[in-house]
Amino acid sequence: MSINRRQFLKIAGASTLLGLGSITSIELLEKVEASQLFKKNPKAIKAKRWGMVVDTRKFQTEEDYKRVIEACHRIHNVPDMGNPKEEIKWIWTDTYEHAFPGQESPYLSGDIEHKPLIVLCNHCNNPPCVRVCPTKATFKRKEDGIVMMDMHRCIGCRFCMAGCPFGARSFNWRDPRPFINEEKSLPYDTTFAGGSIKKGVLTFPTRMRGVVEKCTFCYERLAAGLMPACVEASQGALIFGDLNDPHSEIREMLSANFTIRRKPELGTEPSVFYIIGG
Amino acid sequence: MLELAIKGSRKYWSWVIFLLAVIGAGFVSYLYQFRVGLGVTGMSRDVSWGLYIGQFTYLVGVAASAVTIVLPYYLHNYKKYGRIAVLGEFVAVASVIMCMLFIFVDLGQPLRVLNVLLHPTPNSVMFFDMLVLSGYLFLNILCGWYVLGAERKGVPPSAWIKPFLIVAICWAPSIHIVTAFLYQGLPGRHYWLTAIMAAKFLSSAFASGPSLLIVISLILRKFTRFDPGWEAIQTMAKTSAYFLIATIAFYLFEVFTAFYSNIPGHIEPIKYLFTGIHGHTKLVPVMWICTALIAVALPILIIPSARRNERALGFAAVATFLALWLEKGISLVVGGFVPNPFERVVEYWPTVPEAFIALGVWGIGLFVLTILYKVAISVKEEVVFDKYGERQIGAK
Repeated sequence: MSINRRQFLKIAGASTLLGLGSITSIELLEKVEASQLFKKNPKAIKAKRWGMVVDTRKFQTEEDYKRVIEACHRIHNVPDMGNPKEEIKWIWTDTYEHAFPGQESPYLSGDIEHKPLIVLCNHCNNPPCVRVCPTKATFKRKEDGIVMMDMHRCIGCRFCMAGCPFGARSFNWRDPRPFINEEKSLPYDTTFAGGSIKKGVLTFPTRMRGVVEKCTFCYERLAAGLMPACVEASQGALIFGDLNDPHSEIREMLSANFTIRRKPELGTEPSVFYIIGG
Repeated sequence: MLELAIKGSRKYWSWVIFLLAVIGAGFVSYLYQFRVGLGVTGMSRDVSWGLYIGQFTYLVGVAASAVTIVLPYYLHNYKKYGRIAVLGEFVAVASVIMCMLFIFVDLGQPLRVLNVLLHPTPNSVMFFDMLVLSGYLFLNILCGWYVLGAERKGVPPSAWIKPFLIVAICWAPSIHIVTAFLYQGLPGRHYWLTAIMAAKFLSSAFASGPSLLIVISLILRKFTRFDPGWEAIQTMAKTSAYFLIATIAFYLFEVFTAFYSNIPGHIEPIKYLFTGIHGHTKLVPVMWICTALIAVALPILIIPSARRNERALGFAAVATFLALWLEKGISLVVGGFVPNPFERVVEYWPTVPEAFIALGVWGIGLFVLTILYKVAISVKEEVVFDKYGERQIGAK
């Protein structure tokens, strides 16, 4: 707590003079503390609306997928529940016909039909999960469009899971903590582009049973001036940037390539785009 | 009046103790779920709602169906329902309590349930569902209790209750419409995404609710001295028949739209439910039992001579209630999740603890209903004649 004696006396004296109750003075003290503790990191990366391009052409080997998925799951302490019924996943793969149902054709090249694609939360511009949440535990961040989760407010009604047409949300059917491999955990600010990796450090909050979780576009890394873990680990296969900035790299990718989105007909306006190619 | 519930026969107390045992078993199972998490149920990442939400949905309908008794009585002065209006209202009370409990046991973090009030979110249908259910509970307790109290004192109900009775009638459909909106407004869940959902909810509710009241009335005739009235029972059977026909029609409209349009997303859930997909057939028996029960019940409800046969009618009422329970209490929820958003089939079936918890909640509902009915029947036994001067108490 960085508040000097002078400040404390001022607040204490003023509240006594005004005859305010002790609760009010504690509230004032807390405000001082909060404002001094939580200053925005000047290095934070900002955008009006974050988006991602998945360049499937650059995913060639099994290692390419594994690197991306592991980077995310290790820094976010995503547990390995060991069975599909209770599976928790933030980013994973599925084949074209399952990721884009209704857009397959019997004459699709086998390469594309069976090729795994990276799937994750689409951070929709009109997120149905946010619309249905009865407590605002999942919400769209005003400043950058990230669809966030407040694990402390979530009551675990799973309305958002029914609302999401992309199957992006996982529920903690039981206490996930025993299923986290702490040996593999990484600090949230690990740099995947090289440099030393400190293993076995849990810095991202683990979750408790009975709450819903999903990808949050690494809001915690953006705030620390880092790109999302998957993006960094993808070595250029995932392009992340500001969809509202016409000069951003992602917008250049979008104007130079033909891209598709998952289930655009539902009007959710996904922020994740796919370049499909062998 | 509540004191009437603590004076009863041996049979009454055995029934109460039986219910308490069921509730106890459910409670122990719930403690287990509370400690371990919802992983003890059959629900999964892909079928994330199951038996609990199904029961909730079904019981909202049963609660709303009180209007099929109260409306003819209070708005059209249909005298035959005078004796049983309160029975309908008390079914609504017990059902809404069960609805709330089924939501509660379905929560991953039940201790945070008040977050719904702490952070009211009007864009969520769940918020409105909470409002309409609480309001409906209040209205039915008030109207049922007050009118019964007046009957006991042998005075006509005061005029101030009238607006509440009217509001309760208008309120009843709202609870089920809002519940349908929980489902029918979700993009990407093909089985639910249909405007006829609310209509089908109401029609199936107005078929299953009166069926339940027929069963209850027949039981009351047999085990108590109170006679709900044969003509009232017949009218409820007719109500049930008409709304059962409407429900079947609405379902067939869905089938037509899905199969004639030939849109895979609309076809798949119906196929899954009735024939199974890729060898996944867990719900096929559920759907065909439902169909068979309706096939037997409907003719009995429609054909006058069959309907007037007490045993046949009792069977048809049980069959209707069960069939619609299978449809709405189980298949409706699962059908929305299968196939999943990746067009993969992951099946669901409730586990033993899950079934016990559900039974426990039903036990609480029946317990509440028993207490309320005990009070109501005791009052009626004292009064002997209904408000139209007809004997409502048998010589038994």
